[in-house]
Amino acid sequence: MIKTIASVKMPVDEILQIKKHRLIPDGKPLAGLKRISIVTGIHGDELEGQYVCFELIRRIQAQRESLTGIVDIYPAMNPLGIDSITRGIPAFDLDMNRIFPGNQDGDMMEYLANQIIDDLVGSDVCIDIHASNIYLTEIPQIRINELHKERLIPLAEKANVDFIWVHGANTVLESTLAHSLNSRNTPTLVVEMGVGMRITKSYCLQLTEGILNLMRELGIWQGETIPPRRPIVSEHPDDVCYLNASMAGVFIPHVKHWEKLKTGDLIGRIIDPLKGEILDEIRAPIDGHLFTIREYPIVDAGSLIGRLLRVDHS
Amino acid sequence: MQKKIIYEIKSLYRDHFRVNGYEFGDGKKSVCIVGSTRGNEIQQLYICSQLVKAFKLLEQENRIKEGHRILIIPAVNPYSLNIKKRFWPTDNTDINRMFPGYNLGETTQRIAAGVFDVIKEYTYGMQFTSFYTPGKFTPHIRMMKAGFENTDLAKKFGMPYVVLRNTRPYDTTTLNYNWQIWETHAFSIYTTTTSQIDKESAQTAIRSILNFLSKENIVEYHGHEGYVSLVVEDTDMVPVRTKSAGIFESLVKAGDEIYRGQLLGQITDPYEGEITEQLYSPVDGMVFFAHDEPLTYADAAVYKLVAHEKV
Ligand SMILES: [Zn+2]
Repeated sequence: MIKTIASVKMPVDEILQIKKHRLIPDGKPLAGLKRISIVTGIHGDELEGQYVCFELIRRIQAQRESLTGIVDIYPAMNPLGIDSITRGIPAFDLDMNRIFPGNQDGDMMEYLANQIIDDLVGSDVCIDIHASNIYLTEIPQIRINELHKERLIPLAEKANVDFIWVHGANTVLESTLAHSLNSRNTPTLVVEMGVGMRITKSYCLQLTEGILNLMRELGIWQGETIPPRRPIVSEHPDDVCYLNASMAGVFIPHVKHWEKLKTGDLIGRIIDPLKGEILDEIRAPIDGHLFTIREYPIVDAGSLIGRLLRVDHS
Repeated sequence: MQKKIIYEIKSLYRDHFRVNGYEFGDGKKSVCIVGSTRGNEIQQLYICSQLVKAFKLLEQENRIKEGHRILIIPAVNPYSLNIKKRFWPTDNTDINRMFPGYNLGETTQRIAAGVFDVIKEYTYGMQFTSFYTPGKFTPHIRMMKAGFENTDLAKKFGMPYVVLRNTRPYDTTTLNYNWQIWETHAFSIYTTTTSQIDKESAQTAIRSILNFLSKENIVEYHGHEGYVSLVVEDTDMVPVRTKSAGIFESLVKAGDEIYRGQLLGQITDPYEGEITEQLYSPVDGMVFFAHDEPLTYADAAVYKLVAHEKV
């Protein structure tokens, strides 16, 4: 069943609609059933979640009898952004993930944000799928605000991701969808995986398995699932090492994503195509797993090149 | 006057990115004025250029009081101005959401850190900034309720309004907020426009800054005294929202006095030309903000009104 959860009239013969697909067990009353909500497309240039939504619906529909709860799928929270290859909300240059929880009586965007929250609140778990941005590739990971870690880590561990990153509280993040839902007693996991403007099929399938596994744990799915990967859980800020470009140039990577590096290993070079020179070499400052790597080659001084997760030798 | 480079980074193919500052007087860090931080803030740039011109003259005539150093930064983001893009060219981040900055962080965090390092610890900080929704404002001073705001001080600008608003989570990364955290008296100054130059409200802003500095005994200036500012809370403004979308025509403009029941604007069908909605004022008051684009969405607050008496 496809339902429009919010709509706004646009100036010229168009209605902006945010839609969800609800999958329910055949012929059963809904009262008392557990509900999982899958959300994606808040950032219009992040597309990895598109294939997860498709694959999840396909798997469920192929085995309807195994569905014992409610699955709500929202593939396009920012439909105008997805259509126009725009990260934010087109025409406003506004990051949609900075306007929650919104306001019922507010402007169009605040109103949409509020409708979205209203529809999602009460889910037993919500998964908000992001795809980094166009600059960086991420291995499948779940990011958790330390304020909500007790409740969220056990859920995240079932989601078949490689890494769980518990980060510090940050006031700016209070206006995200995940924070708004978590503070309304609706546990929400933020997935970051892959890269903007692309679909990495293997990651999408990995997460789909994870979602099915989580559904099984919650009693929403009775079908077969695979045992989830055991993710590395990082709770200390010192575990993550940021690599920033020292100068502007073109970044040429030398290693692959999620490679385990030793201190001093070459990660990549910043080159100057005009002069034909190597401007800088980026080397691993610690032993660690490269869980983020630069995808978009052009860098300014300061551009993020990658992130290393410290390997513990103790 | 001393022109100096506040922050500079090299680019691969473009000219160096430079933030320039103009310093007047000498002594303690007294007044810092920041203009455009985004690529569409042309009015903000224009006002600062006029202020630089005015301060050159004040300095020549020895009208800057001893012991006061004044710094004007017309543009924090010339790269974006030059390519007509609101935010940072390569990653679309907003420098005015990066304060206090981080000198080992990403590019715009580094720029914010480099600039903030120079502009913090001034006694007074004034920033010309803009709002994300398109429209025109009545000139005003905007203050965040961060716990340090001083409305009596803000009234000394003699702007028509001083607007107080609650802080929102993302405000903690703005220049204004961080100035306040570092004990600078911070004021955001809004004139009528952003991407177009409006000379009249630019002059109002320049006069208001000179008035303020004269009252604080920093410059010698005898100009038009300005207005007796009215302090309003953002939440007390009366929004007028559209029910329909289409072609928007405003019959009033920012600053106009209006009466209850007055027709403010109308929306027409973009295909058939028929009037689909008329927007009336629910109060006696003044137009504080007016949407100024020819198209509108539904549920858009196309006007914000200040009521003369509480509704
Ligand atoms: Zn995202």
